[in-house]
Amino acid sequence: MSTNETDIEELVAKKYKHGFITDIESETFEPGLDEDVIRRLSKLKGEPQFMLDWRLKSFAIWQKMRQPNWAKLNIEPIDYQSISYYSAPKSPDDAPKSLDEVDPKLLETYEKLGIPLHERAKLAGVAVDAVFDSVSVATTFKGKLNDAGVIFCSFSDAVKEHPELIEKYLGTVVPPRDNYFAALNSAVFSDGSFVYIPKGVRCPMELSTYFRINAANTGQFERTLIIAAEGSHVSYLEGCTAPQRDENQLHAAVVELITEQDAVIKYSTVQNWYPGDEEGKGGIYNFVTKRGDCRGARSKISWTQVEAGSAVTWKYPSCVLRGEGSVGEFYSVAVTNNYQQADTGTKMIHIGANTRSTIIAKGISAGKAQNAYRGLVKIFPTAKNARNYTQCDSLLMGDQCGAHTFPYMEVKEPSAIVEHEATTSKIAEDQLFYCRQRGLSEEDAVNMIVNGFCKDVFRELPMEFAVEAQALMNVSLEGAVG
Amino acid sequence: MLLEVKDLHASIGGKEILKGLSLTIKAGEVHAIMGPNGSGKSTLAQVLAGREGYEITAGSVSYNGVDLLDLEPEKRAQAGLFLGFQYPVEIPGVNNVYLLKAALNARQKAAGQPEIDAVSFMRLVKEKAALMEMDQSFLSRSVNEGFSGGEKKRNEIFQMAVLEPTLAILDETDSGLDIDALKVVANGVNLQRRDDRSVLLITHYQRLLDYIEPDYVHVLANGKIIHSGDKSLALQLEAEGYDALMAKAAG
Ligand SMILES: Nc1ncnc2c1ncn2[C@@H]1O[C@H](COP(=O)(O)OP(=O)(O)O)[C@@H](O)[C@H]1O
Ligand SMILES: [Mg+2]
Repeated sequence: MSTNETDIEELVAKKYKHGFITDIESETFEPGLDEDVIRRLSKLKGEPQFMLDWRLKSFAIWQKMRQPNWAKLNIEPIDYQSISYYSAPKSPDDAPKSLDEVDPKLLETYEKLGIPLHERAKLAGVAVDAVFDSVSVATTFKGKLNDAGVIFCSFSDAVKEHPELIEKYLGTVVPPRDNYFAALNSAVFSDGSFVYIPKGVRCPMELSTYFRINAANTGQFERTLIIAAEGSHVSYLEGCTAPQRDENQLHAAVVELITEQDAVIKYSTVQNWYPGDEEGKGGIYNFVTKRGDCRGARSKISWTQVEAGSAVTWKYPSCVLRGEGSVGEFYSVAVTNNYQQADTGTKMIHIGANTRSTIIAKGISAGKAQNAYRGLVKIFPTAKNARNYTQCDSLLMGDQCGAHTFPYMEVKEPSAIVEHEATTSKIAEDQLFYCRQRGLSEEDAVNMIVNGFCKDVFRELPMEFAVEAQALMNVSLEGAVG
Repeated sequence: MLLEVKDLHASIGGKEILKGLSLTIKAGEVHAIMGPNGSGKSTLAQVLAGREGYEITAGSVSYNGVDLLDLEPEKRAQAGLFLGFQYPVEIPGVNNVYLLKAALNARQKAAGQPEIDAVSFMRLVKEKAALMEMDQSFLSRSVNEGFSGGEKKRNEIFQMAVLEPTLAILDETDSGLDIDALKVVANGVNLQRRDDRSVLLITHYQRLLDYIEPDYVHVLANGKIIHSGDKSLALQLEAEGYDALMAKAAG
């Protein structure tokens, strides 16, 4: 970049002569991306120098990269200069004051999904003060976590309060140059979560509940970093079954997980971003890089995802199985309806000896949707006796949708055992008739069969979410048959 | 009159299978329909239960005074019509008891009754499973998945016992059963005989009728009932074979 630094500062000063520090609440950047924007962003967030340097380095990398071209995805060109890279949280003045002011349609959906009452207000964006219940719940949680020595905070707070941990671990699993969207995220990430579980600690609660109540407005470039020190254990849930709308069409998140020796991270995702309308207009482009690094021996990383939303989903939660005897798991349900497109799967990279991985992927397509599983199992020569089991099942509803499976395998070690099974089935007319003959409506019959199909994945979800995930399937496939 | 089938004509894929079938069943009666393979027995069962894909070209079916052919399959089920399938389908991942509970509650709801609570339901289910000499482990397995042929049939009668239908159509419930399993299944059906429950037994062999005594026996051939009588007709069939009877009917 040739722009002179003093010019930038002048420009910034002019544009923000009223001072953006005192005015943070209502600040939103003009669309556009250059070094200046990144400097302002970093300053606004009060970041230390190393963080700014890292962002700038990532930006330079991103500028030299090109957006990937996908065979199976059909995507409108994205204009990166038309995006605003910082928007402050919405003012509580604009928020509904109580559930009475919320769109009844949305409330109906919460009802169908079985979202607990005390969370509905928060999800619907009711002004925080009005959400008495959830605030008190959150405070209780915070105390419990503190007592256990668990660090769990927003990424922005972690940068300020635990800079040494951020500097040590950030980008060590997903380096900025990993891919186009990871580079972009590294340059402009807005916020996200940070978790550190100290040695030997079993996190005293699912981080899901707390997270759901507090994670409003994480923005379109989310960054998450979870470190599980030796012998520790944590279960984390991201997202929410409730439909989430966002004006930002592009979402590019990065999630990095690190497990030291004997540590376990269970990471569950329920993704239900706005998928676009029935004609395929609108909807979120969701390009996510998620990777876990099993650094320590016998450590384990388990990804469970339920992907129901977004117009386009592109994500491959992966495990790098470095530690001897480490274990990677990937359980996925991806549902696509109408014009949705999903290209998702996983990479299991076996480096250490006796490493094991399991992949269970279930794709459900309805309407005119396309659903692809793309997976890589790579066994390095060092991975003696590595094992992988992969099972990909596709369920088609109607004859205008598609399911595609791309299993890649690179096995460089003869003692490894790699198994792959794949099935594609149509929701069978005789199954539907059987259920209806027993008295179930056609819709209930479809739901029951689909949920049965997803069972192996749902049972990996934390209990309360398994129930919601089932309901989510039903809502996502409403009107898909008949 | 519980069921009144009049001059029913049904075809599938342009091919006529039922060619003017008439049949009347009163409350509490057990009727057996016998016939050679391909004569249209299963077609009759499926048409009565409301399976899509059949074209009804003539005739009528009235059930408890309503036009059965007008109802969706689930409405027929909710009105007490039960079909024990010749080939019960497997539904992976769907718990046997879960389906049954949904089925029972759908009927409760249709009848304007409250849903059955979990405790009473489990009590009911365990009692009926014992009746069918079914192992408890069956209850939590996926619907028919990995069941042997005999286990599938037993499961059908178990479902019938829980759902307590008004009209049970049992399509070749005896086929594929060894003699011990046949006795259990027949006993299960016999224990469910009531004044207000009718049964239409569809079978290829007379054997089943040694264990479940029907009030009437009908012979179905080529899409029509060609002969009706009491249970002695089954024995006559066994002795003379279908061909003789069909020749008589033709001649
Ligand atoms: N889906 C179908 N399409 C065309 N013909 C069919 C179909 N199903 C059954 N049939 C034919 O209908 C006739 C009666 O079949 P079915 O009712 O199953 O006989 P049964 O149960 O008495 O053995 C047979 O000739 C069979 O081949
Ligand atoms: Mg048959």
